[in-house]
Amino acid sequence: MRAFGPRVARGLLVAVPLGFLAIFFLWPVGAILGRGLRTGGSLDLRSLAEVWRDPSLRHVLWFTVVQAVLSTIATLAVALPATAVLSRFQFRGRGLVIALLTMPFVLPTVVVGTAFRSLGLSGSLTAIITAHVFFNVAIAVRVVGEAWRALDPAEEDAAQSLGAGPILTFTAVTLPALRPAIVAASSIVFLFCFTSFGVILILGGPRFATIETEIYRQTAQLLDLHTAAALSIVQLVAVVAALLVAGAMTSRVRTSTRLPVRRPPPTSRRSQLLLALGLLPATVLVTVPLGDLVIRSLANGAAGYSHLTSTPIGAPGSPLQAIATSIKVACVATVIAVALGLALAHALTRPGRRVGIARVAELLVLLPLGVSAVTVGFGFLIVFDTPPLDLRTSWWIIPIAHALVALPFVVRTTVPVLRAIDPRQRETAAMLGAGPAQVWRTVDLPIVAHAAKVAAGFAAAISLGEFGATLFIVRPETTTVPVAIYRFLSRPGVTNVDQAMALATILMVLTGVVAVVAERGSRIEARS
Amino acid sequence: MSRRTLVVLLTAAAALALGACGSSNSSGGSATKTVTLVTHDSFAISKPVMRAFTRQTGWKVRILKNGDAGVALNQVILTKNAPLGDVMFGVDNTFLTRALSENVFARYRAAGIEAIPRALRLDPTNHATPIDFGDVCVNADRKYFSEHHLEIPKTLDDLTQSQYRDLLVVENPATSSPGLAFVAATVARFGTAWPQYWDRLRANGVKAVDGWEQAYNGEFSGAGGGKGDRPLVVSYASSPPAEVYFADPPPTTAPTVSLDDTCFRQVEFAGVLRGAAHPDGARALVDFMLTRRFQSDMPLQMFVNPAVPGTPLPAVFTKFATIPADPFTLSPARIGHDRAGWIDEWTARVLR
Repeated sequence: MRAFGPRVARGLLVAVPLGFLAIFFLWPVGAILGRGLRTGGSLDLRSLAEVWRDPSLRHVLWFTVVQAVLSTIATLAVALPATAVLSRFQFRGRGLVIALLTMPFVLPTVVVGTAFRSLGLSGSLTAIITAHVFFNVAIAVRVVGEAWRALDPAEEDAAQSLGAGPILTFTAVTLPALRPAIVAASSIVFLFCFTSFGVILILGGPRFATIETEIYRQTAQLLDLHTAAALSIVQLVAVVAALLVAGAMTSRVRTSTRLPVRRPPPTSRRSQLLLALGLLPATVLVTVPLGDLVIRSLANGAAGYSHLTSTPIGAPGSPLQAIATSIKVACVATVIAVALGLALAHALTRPGRRVGIARVAELLVLLPLGVSAVTVGFGFLIVFDTPPLDLRTSWWIIPIAHALVALPFVVRTTVPVLRAIDPRQRETAAMLGAGPAQVWRTVDLPIVAHAAKVAAGFAAAISLGEFGATLFIVRPETTTVPVAIYRFLSRPGVTNVDQAMALATILMVLTGVVAVVAERGSRIEARS
Repeated sequence: MSRRTLVVLLTAAAALALGACGSSNSSGGSATKTVTLVTHDSFAISKPVMRAFTRQTGWKVRILKNGDAGVALNQVILTKNAPLGDVMFGVDNTFLTRALSENVFARYRAAGIEAIPRALRLDPTNHATPIDFGDVCVNADRKYFSEHHLEIPKTLDDLTQSQYRDLLVVENPATSSPGLAFVAATVARFGTAWPQYWDRLRANGVKAVDGWEQAYNGEFSGAGGGKGDRPLVVSYASSPPAEVYFADPPPTTAPTVSLDDTCFRQVEFAGVLRGAAHPDGARALVDFMLTRRFQSDMPLQMFVNPAVPGTPLPAVFTKFATIPADPFTLSPARIGHDRAGWIDEWTARVLR
């Protein structure tokens, strides 16, 4: 890298991730929207006006926003108390709690749907919001938790020694420092809920429609690309508006951070009570449906598991092979997402970079979450159709699609941490003669390493559970676990349901292991 | 310490990535000729059957799957200028007109087409070849009806009677293919009065959900792996044999029964894609789909009936499945023309 010179290297750090987004996101989405907005070669915006005037579609837009806002608020309400105690206390089983809260995130909606239904939750707005909280609690815990752990406890201590009570300390010191992370987490949760698809169809039922389900209907069933494009543009505008609001709420807060410190164990009665109260809502909400799934996977003498290993009768592909495929895809997707995400996060947080470009890039990286999977999937089909870039039927297209979904998460987890590094630390290092690469290694890396590992764990989890995009991309016979589960559940018969439940439980455990491993690094680091 | 862990993790993952790349390349295999089959997610066929095709013709088959039948066809239409593959399997009679009017298939008269009954040969221009058929029918939970001393309903009209109040669950035709087929059955039965039939069903407490999985595993009481409480569901004529086949140990009688007078027939087609890179292999594969080897493998793989009469059927099919003698049908042109209107009308009648 030295040979290029630091400016070229820095340019590459921005150019490569943005190029990835341009090629694998902007181009395909632009192409499919372009096709939808043209009739006979000329631009035709009538469908856009029609969508806007149609009262039933306006109602759909309204409902989409309302359910996403309510779901985001409910997610924060459940997740923040848990995040608070998880970040403040070190206790046995902390890693396990985090792993538990991460598990829902990877479960296919169709499986979670069965659990919620058996708990009597389906066909209502409450069911939709509860399911969104269930799925997204992990995002808030992860993104905010990273920033919280990196806060310097000395500042809180200082406030308290100056006579501030715990509430004043929280509102005056902790909360402002966490605001960027909370906004970041809210934006991701909002986007996931805004474009939620399976939850609306499976737990909401046919009376509920969002822009996303309408786009699916228009694209996948009716092939009305005009209406679909108009709806996609409405969706994009709404998403960008929401992100701009979120961006405006993130003032550039400077807080000093340090390596995640070893937090005290909850020794006093009060702190033990606090710990229990903080964890209660989130763990109950997550454990009950998960427990239901595990119990059902053990039904009929755990027959589901034995059927998975014995060559199952008439099974659609080998389930064991699906597990291997999922792991392989997750590894590749994680490498892509973490490499590109760290490069981008680094470039975005360098002092002196023009704020405008940074803002645009941050917005751009989140957009894949705000665009319908079917739009991206169909876009892939029409742009990658000429060799050498005929990627439509390539194995790589799946990890690439997963990386697109995971990338914003990596960036949003690492940027707040990097941004909080005191620039004087870097200046000092530079003054002492360190080159840019060495500054990064000695100042940034130790601080960002933990966040990067957490982000990697989460990227892997996203890939393991990703289903929506996978469904709309042409796949050679590479069945991932969620796809295998979906196939089992789309056939009648008890052994199919048993195997689906067993595979879902295996997927949960796999995710739990990834999450525990990602946390483990930090424990070792804290001890040394 | 932490840095080393990260480096090790990244290296391991990169190695895996390269390994994955290598293996995906090797599966492409350039030694033999490869023909590419584009299909939907429910496609399944035994490995030995595919190997037999390769032995007989020298063509290896690469299978690309994507989404449900609607998604798969729309992807083929979007890519017709640079086809994804050589053959498409899985267009059914509800989508046939769209496939033909979009001109995605090349004309090909498959070897063995003469054997197929006229009723299944819905494309006289020989672009789409019928491969299999199945029936979408109301299924009943036998146990519920015997426990409640209630006669199992027989016809569509029966379903509106008060003794069957709150017992039926159906799928949304806007998002589900059996849902659409069942609406088509009511159109075929009642003609222009079909919306009033749905008014009566609604008054009798019909429940609508978005997909087959929610209806069958979630709401239907007769599903082996389900927990629902409604004993009537829109499913397939092949669901009762599937309930037997996928039970362990298999019961001696099927727990569910399909109602023969409520059925709508779905026919599935395959075709050589226009602009296929390997038209020879594509034609060979379509021919192969009509051979006994392929036809007799389909029932237990996809739970459909072979299109070629006289194909030997597995025991669960002969014992537990009935093929309705006189199912409801509509011309593909009628379905293609009216589909969107039916869906809007149904949504207004049943959901609002």
